Amino acid sequence: MNATAMNLTGEPIAAKAETKKGEVLLAVENISLRFGGVKAITDVSFDIRKGEVRAIIGPNGAGKTSMLNCINGFYHPQEGQITYKGVRRPRVKPHQAAADGIARTFQNVALFKGMSTLDNIMTGRTLKMHRNFFWQALRHGPAMTEEIEHRKKVEDIIDFLQIQHIRKLPVGKLPYGLQKRVELGRALAMEPELLLLDEPMAGMNLEEKEDMCRFILDVNSEFGTTIALIEHDMGVVMDLSDRVVVLEYGRKIADGTPAEVKADQKVIDAYLGVAH
Amino acid sequence: MTDATLRPAPNLLANGWVKAALILAAIVAAAMVAAKLDGSGTAYKVFIDPFVQMVELPDLLVQTLWEGLVTGVLYALIALGFVLIFKASGVFNFAQGIMVVFAALTLVGLHEKGVPAFLAVILTLGVMFVLAVTIERMVLRPLVNQPDIILFMATFGITYFLIGFGESVFGGNPKQMIAEQLYLPKGAIDLNILGGRVSLQKIDIAAAVIASIMIAALALFFQYTRIGRALRAVADSHKAALSVGISLNQIWVIVWFTAGIVALITGIMWGARSDVSFALEIVALKALPVLILGGFTSIPGAIVGGLIIGIGEKLGEFYWGPLIGGGIESWLAYFIALGFLLFRPQGLFGDKIIERI
Repeated sequence: MNATAMNLTGEPIAAKAETKKGEVLLAVENISLRFGGVKAITDVSFDIRKGEVRAIIGPNGAGKTSMLNCINGFYHPQEGQITYKGVRRPRVKPHQAAADGIARTFQNVALFKGMSTLDNIMTGRTLKMHRNFFWQALRHGPAMTEEIEHRKKVEDIIDFLQIQHIRKLPVGKLPYGLQKRVELGRALAMEPELLLLDEPMAGMNLEEKEDMCRFILDVNSEFGTTIALIEHDMGVVMDLSDRVVVLEYGRKIADGTPAEVKADQKVIDAYLGVAH
Repeated sequence: MTDATLRPAPNLLANGWVKAALILAAIVAAAMVAAKLDGSGTAYKVFIDPFVQMVELPDLLVQTLWEGLVTGVLYALIALGFVLIFKASGVFNFAQGIMVVFAALTLVGLHEKGVPAFLAVILTLGVMFVLAVTIERMVLRPLVNQPDIILFMATFGITYFLIGFGESVFGGNPKQMIAEQLYLPKGAIDLNILGGRVSLQKIDIAAAVIASIMIAALALFFQYTRIGRALRAVADSHKAALSVGISLNQIWVIVWFTAGIVALITGIMWGARSDVSFALEIVALKALPVLILGGFTSIPGAIVGGLIIGIGEKLGEFYWGPLIGGGIESWLAYFIALGFLLFRPQGLFGDKIIERI
């Protein structure tokens, strides 16, 4: 867990996976999720390979966010299983998922509003700090060294995301686009292996979207972080992602490269409606 | 954001402090004029006489200030218990007062059963830990992600449970705190200063010292530790805290246990000054004006608020109380708090209330 995301390798599992970009990091098999009588997800399977950018798209209410919530343990599907790094994980808890290297952002930004940008991103280091709280409180000895080390990592992230100027501001005051960026920063501070982004560009203007796209691509190429993202902007999805899975009414209707998915008749019907 | 040269001259009145100072100055001026014009001398008694007394008998003023300071520190201790839980869960814990009583009763009760004093303290801490775990399991865990008001109501439930449970185990009679067995000092120190005698109770000095240490320790804990940061995070957003790997269950046990420790120390100190009874719970409600003054999320705020309320109360009682027949100590604090709500609803040190529309 102390090693960076770059030099950790997922263990090879499912034989069916071709290793084009890497081994399968996370496999979702026949997942069904219900809330009472409402079927949010029905029998969906797909996989996420190490090092790729995987997009999950679909019309509103297709079950995309529910899918992310299943992956990081907010929801537990009634049927099917999720295999992460070759280990089956029934009823994993969110903080365990975080400890295993799954970080995420939220559709409606979930930041710690009263805290500064810096402190928000520092919370991402929570799991990596191990020193005794007594020494931390006194800012002394090994705890101080540790704090400096983590602070440096966080400053690197702040530089990377170009948010130096808002370092000390309480995030509740920031405009939405910047909040989204801080949220990405907090997720990056966890040095995740798998980064789940829930509509990272929702509500942004063109310029902010372009910045965010660049950050996502940089994270993917520089840190080798595997990314699963939900996005509505088709242009963005086509540019960013290596493979796309399409959901509609909780079912998978297509899975493949952006070009394949774009040409798929079912996908076109789902997005544009079908003539009856 | 805008060009500095285009910015209009700063509106001084927009600054709360300037506004407050101006209002204060206006009140003072009006009072002076009234005192001059008023024939019956009422205005003189209200606005001038108390200050004349303060200057003429400085030893009495010092005594009053000291009493106020000690009460203030104890208020701050109680308020601290509230702040801890409010910071970490955004909930005003109505049960903090009864936790103080419960902790003190447990300590005295154990000692009555023949347990040595310091062992009793350790056992009481154990009981507070069990209480924290129980509350987390039975009350908080099922209510994750519920609105704050639901959690607030749940603390009412905890309060009534603890009252009933405490009375059935320890009985409803007031008990004597085991101050002597805990080596808390007794008696008073008399100082001859300013042409008079000022008497300081040793127990009050001890209370002030212990409370200060406690407050400093908690402030460091919150500000600089990983857990402290996690506590603040949990208060803002449950799901975001979970997503960065903070375990809500663990945090809640820690914070309720810490509040339990604070409750025990508060119970010992208050108990040593009066006695241990369920009436202490009402005293604990004095923390409410303290929190309104200092801000619900600020540890320094709890201290300063406690001191202002404590000292304000004693000064008011001693110098202005006789004018209306005394007894203003019991409501003056709420009155001060009301004034604060009008001008600074987040308190002196509270987090700014930020709402983007």
